[in-house]
Amino acid sequence: MSEFLQHLINMLVLGGTYALLGIGLTLIFGIMNVVNFTHGVLYTFGAYIMFIVVHQLGFNFFLALPLAVVAGWLLGAAIELVLLRPLRGSDIDTTMLVMIGAWIAMQSGILWIWGGVAKAIATPFPDAPLVLGPVSVSWLRLFVLGAAALLIVATYLLINRTKLGCAMRATFQDQDTASLMGVNVDLIYTSTFAIGSSLAAAAGALLGPVYVVFPQMGDLAAVKAFAIVILGGLGNITGAVIGGFILALAEELGAGYVSSGYRDAMGFLIIIAVLIFKPTGLFARAERVG
Amino acid sequence: MDRLLHEADRRGLECGQINRVEMETKMTRSFRIVPTIALAAVLLGGAAEAQTIKIGVNEPLTGAFAASGTYVVNGAKIAADEINAKGGILGKKIELVVEDNKSNPTEAAAVAEKLITSDKVPVIMGAWGSSLTLAVMPKLIEYETPMVVETSSSGKITTTGNPYIFRISPPSAVEAAAFKGIVDKLELKKVDFLVINNDWGRGTAEDFSKMMKEKGISVGLVETMDQGAQDMSAQLSKIKNTDSETIIITTAVDQLTLIFKQAAALGFKKRIITTGGSQNPDQIIAQAGAAANGTMHLTTFLPWFPDKTPNPEATNYFIAEWKKRGFDFAGCTESFRGYDGIRTIAAAIEKAGKAEPAAIRAALWDIKVKGLNGDIVFRKSGPEGKESGQSQPNVYLIEISDGKVDMKTL
Repeated sequence: MSEFLQHLINMLVLGGTYALLGIGLTLIFGIMNVVNFTHGVLYTFGAYIMFIVVHQLGFNFFLALPLAVVAGWLLGAAIELVLLRPLRGSDIDTTMLVMIGAWIAMQSGILWIWGGVAKAIATPFPDAPLVLGPVSVSWLRLFVLGAAALLIVATYLLINRTKLGCAMRATFQDQDTASLMGVNVDLIYTSTFAIGSSLAAAAGALLGPVYVVFPQMGDLAAVKAFAIVILGGLGNITGAVIGGFILALAEELGAGYVSSGYRDAMGFLIIIAVLIFKPTGLFARAERVG
Repeated sequence: MDRLLHEADRRGLECGQINRVEMETKMTRSFRIVPTIALAAVLLGGAAEAQTIKIGVNEPLTGAFAASGTYVVNGAKIAADEINAKGGILGKKIELVVEDNKSNPTEAAAVAEKLITSDKVPVIMGAWGSSLTLAVMPKLIEYETPMVVETSSSGKITTTGNPYIFRISPPSAVEAAAFKGIVDKLELKKVDFLVINNDWGRGTAEDFSKMMKEKGISVGLVETMDQGAQDMSAQLSKIKNTDSETIIITTAVDQLTLIFKQAAALGFKKRIITTGGSQNPDQIIAQAGAAANGTMHLTTFLPWFPDKTPNPEATNYFIAEWKKRGFDFAGCTESFRGYDGIRTIAAAIEKAGKAEPAAIRAALWDIKVKGLNGDIVFRKSGPEGKESGQSQPNVYLIEISDGKVDMKTL
């Protein structure tokens, strides 16, 4: 029983960050209809920004986090302006290829600058874990859970309570009508991509100190993000949040009770199962943002 | 002029376009110079390259084993520079052709192929991981090129009948045999295994389990983790709840650091012993902090106690050179293998008298090199007629306490 509780705690922590990854991708997928292959690299980028800010610039750990989010936001906006906007009218295949090319270029750039050896990020939290009866959880992971929850709530409020969010949802429903209503579609697209990328960077910045930072870390994260988006339905933020926790649960229980070697395969298995039984996602009442 | 008219006619051009033909003819003429110069450069360059002896180095510089592979390559470079400073071999300088196998078996085989066919190296050192080396082995038979194995520990490498393999690192069965002595002192009763899910990890679990059972110690769970896995909390939670008092962990330094941190976060209280020689304990101490205290490690080198190594003078030289180049001291526990590997190859080339695969392979059986971890002499291992070479390095047990390394007598 205590082992199960421990798995549950692990699941909560991981689920929060997976949810961040998923929300970012589902926004971009849902609103812009772009298969964002650079999502994983933004995750990696966020982690490396944490590394630079904490270790090479010597800043405070808690200050580094918003910096990483902002950096992700800027990079996302840059990608949208430079790569996606000129391709606005083209078919989905061209955009996909361009995104893949950008992914390879950015990942190779990271590899070239920081090398292939993994880096560890020092944290200000104590090493000794918080012990609650039979379960233990490290302070760092509790912080990660808290920060992820905060960001999820903030994103939800942004989408559902602000004018920008309203414009985003309108654009998602019908781009032309929204444009006729005075929504600046160009701005919406750039904002969406930037927000999605900043969430990926945030997830990377939070998980970087938990694990280690290396150039290919985003590849697996991207696959899991796609699994979550498929699970939750395109453009469905609540679905993405729940999907994130379901994936984390499947991984923890799968690794703990079925086979530890197949932990990361759980994401793939979920994609297959959902596509077979409920292709629009578990929570798709209709395809909508919010 | 006639020629130009003829050319213009041939191309069906109008009058007044002779200028175009003239310009194009001038251009093609000057363009013909470029390939000629290029050809001359390649020939001359090729001739210049024949002045060096190439040694292929097939190591993981990115991916899960990037830290270890980089250490080995840097150690190899120290050996190459040392040899070149003394005049090289057979009057020529040695040149290391280093390629990254990305911690991936398919890449390792592709890299070996590239080194042999494109760079024309007569001998290779590699490929760090057991699964990587096993993937390369068929290529060695295909191209009849010898390889010195510097790190891999799977028993399969020297027992499947590949006469092009010469290994200087200990197979996991030797590690297990060396560990037999300490088992009584530690009073082990029941152990669990947490190993990396490839030939190295699974081979270690097999060899150590066999040894444990012979000594009457029961073996509990054998959990695995993918080489790229970052989160082992599930496996650790499972093992935390068993009735064993010891866990044996086999993987490389990055994953070990993660395991120690996650184990500490879970309140894991069992005794931890690691195997494989790729632990780089100083890196673990630096990155896992207090979580590393009380853990024990089977290693194949003692850079902290140079006088206890079989060849103190060479050890001191190597460590001094390593520090001089500004590398992290933690890497010494693995980089010495790159150093010894290149020195072994150099000795074989010297003995062979020429830098050719067949001659080098024959010479490898005859050399004796004073390695940093014992004498390197290859003995036959594996099926008759297709034996591989295996040398007999030492294995040591160290313990981390209070952020420092102590040696335990085996």
